[in-house]
Amino acid sequence: MIVLEKRPQPSKAWSYATPLVAVVATMVFGGLLFAILGKNPVEAIGTIFWEPLFGEFSFYYRPQLLVKGAPLVLIAIGLSLGFRAGIWNIGAEGQYIMGAIFGAGVGLAFYPLDAWYVFPLMVIAGAFGGWIWAMIPAFLKVRFGTNEILVSLMLVYVAEQFLASVSLGLLKNPEGFGFPGSRNLQSYDAAHNAELIAGSGMHWGVVAAFVSVIFAYVLLNRHMLGFHIRLTGEAPRAAKFAGVNPPRLILFCLGVSGALAGLAGMFEVSGPSGVVSIDFNVGYGFTAIIVAFLGRLHPIGILLAGGLMALTYIGGEIAQSQLGLPAAAIQVFQGMLLFFLLAFDLLTNYRIRAARSEVA
Amino acid sequence: MNLGEINPILLIASLMVAATPLLLAAIGELVVEKAGVLNLGVEGMMIVGAISGFAISVETGSPWLGFVAAAMGGALLSLLFVLLTQFALANQVASGLALTLFGLGLSALLGQSYVGIKPPSMGDIHIPVLSDLPVIGPILFQHDPILYVGIALTAGVWAMLKYTRAGLILRAVGENHDAAHALGYKVVRIRVLALLFGGACAGLGGAYISLIRVPQWTEGMTAGVGWIALALVVFASWKPWRTLLGAYLFGGITVLQLNLQAAGVAIPVEYLAMSPYIITILVLVILSADKSRAPASLGRIFHASH
Repeated sequence: MIVLEKRPQPSKAWSYATPLVAVVATMVFGGLLFAILGKNPVEAIGTIFWEPLFGEFSFYYRPQLLVKGAPLVLIAIGLSLGFRAGIWNIGAEGQYIMGAIFGAGVGLAFYPLDAWYVFPLMVIAGAFGGWIWAMIPAFLKVRFGTNEILVSLMLVYVAEQFLASVSLGLLKNPEGFGFPGSRNLQSYDAAHNAELIAGSGMHWGVVAAFVSVIFAYVLLNRHMLGFHIRLTGEAPRAAKFAGVNPPRLILFCLGVSGALAGLAGMFEVSGPSGVVSIDFNVGYGFTAIIVAFLGRLHPIGILLAGGLMALTYIGGEIAQSQLGLPAAAIQVFQGMLLFFLLAFDLLTNYRIRAARSEVA
Repeated sequence: MNLGEINPILLIASLMVAATPLLLAAIGELVVEKAGVLNLGVEGMMIVGAISGFAISVETGSPWLGFVAAAMGGALLSLLFVLLTQFALANQVASGLALTLFGLGLSALLGQSYVGIKPPSMGDIHIPVLSDLPVIGPILFQHDPILYVGIALTAGVWAMLKYTRAGLILRAVGENHDAAHALGYKVVRIRVLALLFGGACAGLGGAYISLIRVPQWTEGMTAGVGWIALALVVFASWKPWRTLLGAYLFGGITVLQLNLQAAGVAIPVEYLAMSPYIITILVLVILSADKSRAPASLGRIFHASH
């Protein structure tokens, strides 16, 4: 008989090792899945993890790693603050959409003015859009005790409908021959979030992602508020005695995660995507939840996890075009990763022992 | 705009159809939460149920077999949640999210070759005399059999929780798992059974969407119904008959906004389509004042240390 024995303290070694173990397990079971789909598992896994980094066309794919990783890291950093304190914002996808709409809306309002202040204003508007969208569940939770999980998630569907509405109406390109979607911000210089070094994939969103990692690291390790966040998550009763103000914490955590998700959306719409359209959002807000957990809710971990997840996106696309691997297979692959991570976390908090048989 | 085209009898009849997937999923989740477990993976289990039911009924030509497969598919997925939360003692919120993300991917993968196919129809029941009654007939006695299964399930769960020993034990486990454990009840075993039941119900609800309500397969077709079902359980303050009432209320809103879209009301389509989600939020706000009815052990991890 096997019994679990709760560790007095979570194991440090296992907490670093579980993400790696989970990745290996996902590769094995993902390979199995690809084999069932009739693909060579070794080739498929190789294509996903090797090709974008060291393959023949890696000069094209490596910059993509930054482009895809930046929104994931930005959103996940915000989410991780709340998750640590037991505040579950799972509507980042909606905040991402609202950030994009607000940011692009401000940019398009200035069209075709060529002024230096257009882009900074768009950044502020994007962050505001995400923030205000996250403030709805935050306010309702503080004021009425409403469950923030359900409210933030419902708001994703509302935001998606709003996105459809503006891309067919308010923000539609007047010179677009009646097609849905806004003007392309890439061809409007004052609003374009262009690459800072041509061909590197480095745009302002990537910079913001790195800054957010540093900001979160400092906050969690050197600031009273960060201490309160960690305390609330790890020992809620002790947090009460330490004078933590829960409403303030809720407003802060949801606000920051909303603003960061909004920024991610704004940088995406003004850069890599360029256009506000019905299918603008591709699920970064949900994948970022996996990134946050895979990174152990730790800023540095999230940076690494964001890179890994971006790799599966890009590698997945390559495998799709070269091996005919269905896009959904990558989605399953990413979901699997979260499963294994949560399962192996058992080893962080519990010791597995063979029970001595004794008479109870 | 032509509101006169909306037929009230058809409206009420289609309201019941729109409410059934919600009801099935919510009644399953109600049992799960009564046992003290919060499974946020309802959306994932529904969509997997939707595709497994669809695939099996297309392959075999029998919608009945499809529904059986859907229940099994949903239960199978909930088994993953069981492994994570009951045996690996993982956080229930995170595990539920994992289940939904995984289920959405899996269903898209399984459903690739089923896009654009029409599933075999189940047909509506016909009871002589009753079904032919004017007004009442089309509203109450001309539906597909699964709709009645949903109502029967609600009654069954109500009776089970209220009058049977099994229901009493289930509630004890949900209220205080340590006390239930001390009395010798198998907390984990009871919760596993409740979760499997919840998964099967969610699967049925999903298949109802893909086989009867729409009927077709498209990726992500449950579109948040699983999440609304979770809200519905709170709305109903964990009471079966209130769940039925709530489901019909939400079904009514869905059908009404679709009818208004068709009638060409001056409100843009997108804003009408938002309404079920916004109303869910409003209902949650109104009801969140009273949390006293929630099972006391809801969402807490059970680990028997002795």
